[in-house]
Amino acid sequence: MIEGAGPVAAFWGLSALTLLAAGGVVVSRNLFHAVLFLIVVFLGIAGFFLLLSADFLAMAQVIIYVGAIAVLILFAIVLTPRASRDNAETRMAPVALVAGVAVAGLLIPAILDAEWRTLSSAPALPVSDLGRELLGVWVLPFQLASVLLTAALVGAVVLVRSPREEREEIDEEERR
Amino acid sequence: MSGAPFLATEHWWDLRDLSNISREILEFLDRVGPDWLAYVVSPLIGFVAAFLLFVLPSQLFVGVYGERRLIGRMQSRLGPNRVGKFGLLQPIADAIKLIQKEAITPRGADKWVMWTAPVVFVAPAVLVWAVIPFGPNMVIADIPVGLVYFLAITALPVLAAFMAGWSGNNKYSLFGAMRVVAMAISYEVALVLGLLGVVLFTSTMSLQAIVEWQREHDIWLVFLQPLAFVIYFISASAELNRTPTDIAEAESEIVAGYLTEYSGMKWGLFYGMDIGYALAAAAFGSTVFLGGWSLFGLEEWVPPWLILVAKTHLFYFVFIWTRGTLPRLRIDQLMALAWKYMLPLAAINLLVVAAERLWWHEAGLGDGIVYLFAAANIALALLLVVGWARVLGYRPERVPTRPRLVKHVGGYVAPGAETGGGR
Amino acid sequence: MSFYDQWAAILIGTVVGFLLVFSALVGAKLLAPYARERAKGVSYECGMLPLGRNWTQVHVRYYLIAILFLLFDVETVFIFPWAVTFLGLPEFVLYQIIIFIVILGLGLVYAWRRGVLEWR
Repeated sequence: MIEGAGPVAAFWGLSALTLLAAGGVVVSRNLFHAVLFLIVVFLGIAGFFLLLSADFLAMAQVIIYVGAIAVLILFAIVLTPRASRDNAETRMAPVALVAGVAVAGLLIPAILDAEWRTLSSAPALPVSDLGRELLGVWVLPFQLASVLLTAALVGAVVLVRSPREEREEIDEEERR
Repeated sequence: MSGAPFLATEHWWDLRDLSNISREILEFLDRVGPDWLAYVVSPLIGFVAAFLLFVLPSQLFVGVYGERRLIGRMQSRLGPNRVGKFGLLQPIADAIKLIQKEAITPRGADKWVMWTAPVVFVAPAVLVWAVIPFGPNMVIADIPVGLVYFLAITALPVLAAFMAGWSGNNKYSLFGAMRVVAMAISYEVALVLGLLGVVLFTSTMSLQAIVEWQREHDIWLVFLQPLAFVIYFISASAELNRTPTDIAEAESEIVAGYLTEYSGMKWGLFYGMDIGYALAAAAFGSTVFLGGWSLFGLEEWVPPWLILVAKTHLFYFVFIWTRGTLPRLRIDQLMALAWKYMLPLAAINLLVVAAERLWWHEAGLGDGIVYLFAAANIALALLLVVGWARVLGYRPERVPTRPRLVKHVGGYVAPGAETGGGR
Repeated sequence: MSFYDQWAAILIGTVVGFLLVFSALVGAKLLAPYARERAKGVSYECGMLPLGRNWTQVHVRYYLIAILFLLFDVETVFIFPWAVTFLGLPEFVLYQIIIFIVILGLGLVYAWRRGVLEWR
């Protein structure tokens, strides 16, 4: 549980900010604005990590999500041929609405039903403990993460750099 | 704070420890004001002292005036010398001029994003100073993850630069924005890997503790981690878009990069805070690599904050020096430098440091071993820098001493053009 | 200072930063002149009228660089907890980290061989 007036106020403030920004992601017609709202959501979630006194996780959230994932999405937008300023068509809106309500209908009862393990005070979470856990108990997911990341890179390279393109580049090199 | 002896007394007039003054102020506020007042004011004192009393004046007089004067001298010209004695009032005149200028928003520009971008750019510049320790008691928030905090905060201005470039509705802006982000992320990797070497040695991420570690072992981390320091310097200057690496706003290629459509105060905030970030990078580098506020025992007598300020300005001087000396690199050279040269070196450095630290710990060697490590690491750094360049195919003798004919090399090769880079 | 106090200090710093930049922008807005002029709104292109559209599709290599960056960013963030604590950990952890770095290094080598790092 979070105690004290300050953290509680911060919790509600962060919740409002995060939800509003998340709403902004959904509603905004401009892809770029949506990404900016998404960044605010990421920052809000970093704030929640802080409220749970997981300061390293909060910083990791900012570094990875704001620093890397957001950049990745931005680059994906700028290299899309016709994604200019407006994300005009939302034909799938009703379907998405139905899917969203369905997921919410599944999740909300589950959240309300679950027996949450509450702690009387937020435990200090030193980074050293995190390291011990990460490389002790959770070492397999840790390694899988690296494999996954490498696979993502290889996949992207395979998609982007076709053999034909590479041959052309080599030809160009030889012509020079 | 730490148990290390510190001579400063607790009188408010003892300038060696400015926290005394702030404590007096807070106690006074506690007596006369409501409870929350002292709580809110205590960090405010820190931010005002760090930002308004140190960073802003340094920005104006070292960044705007000193830098232009020095670079002028390095390039055999005078630099600003008209306004006031020696041109000292030039930054003030510039600021007044910028405030009076109209900030144009071009047609078709994304107005909201264009006006938010400077806000996102400037606000983190204040936050960066929260974790920089100016003295044993003089740090606004000594969080245990200070080093990562710095890295996280400095991810935000990159996004702001992208927002600025995107919103301008100008192709040069967009190119500049793409370049600035690509550069920043490329150099970020090597920078973080280099800093990991420091964390391996000190086993902590709190900047205050890193300074204390250097103080305890009587050695600066720049000697233990010369390679990491060089990587930090180059990466920082690349992420700051300072001149040898400022392809993001290369005038000869893409007008003014992501700031092409910016004018007036909107532009002024970007320009001013570029210097602010350079100062922050200098202060961070001095803290992590150059012993921060400590100076081999001298910090007992000289105010520690003065030592840090001096180191920061020295560090910043080296930024100015490289800017005045080196020509701008091409984007392919910069990318190659980041990914092919510095990243592998940083990774090797990381493994070497881990081995050293483990050996030190396992064999129970005394603290004197750090001097041996320092010598070994300096030698290793030199070897790696030269050796890896060789591996990548850099040959000093291939550098032409005079321009060769175009038909021989498939393009004009200027004298000395193949130095550095390491393609 | 407790955990929350430190972050509250940083929160206050955020507010200070925003106030600073807002005051600068508002001050400039109040003091700066404003003139109506049609040609002013044209986006800059070396003094000519802009050619073509302002939206340009960028090269895909930027995306690859971003993916490569994501790979190594996540890696370094994972290594930080290890770097702080590795002295007290058993030996196999060191090998784990080496394996981790090697797997990612293979990714870099692959990208290098396929010419992702060439910028032309």
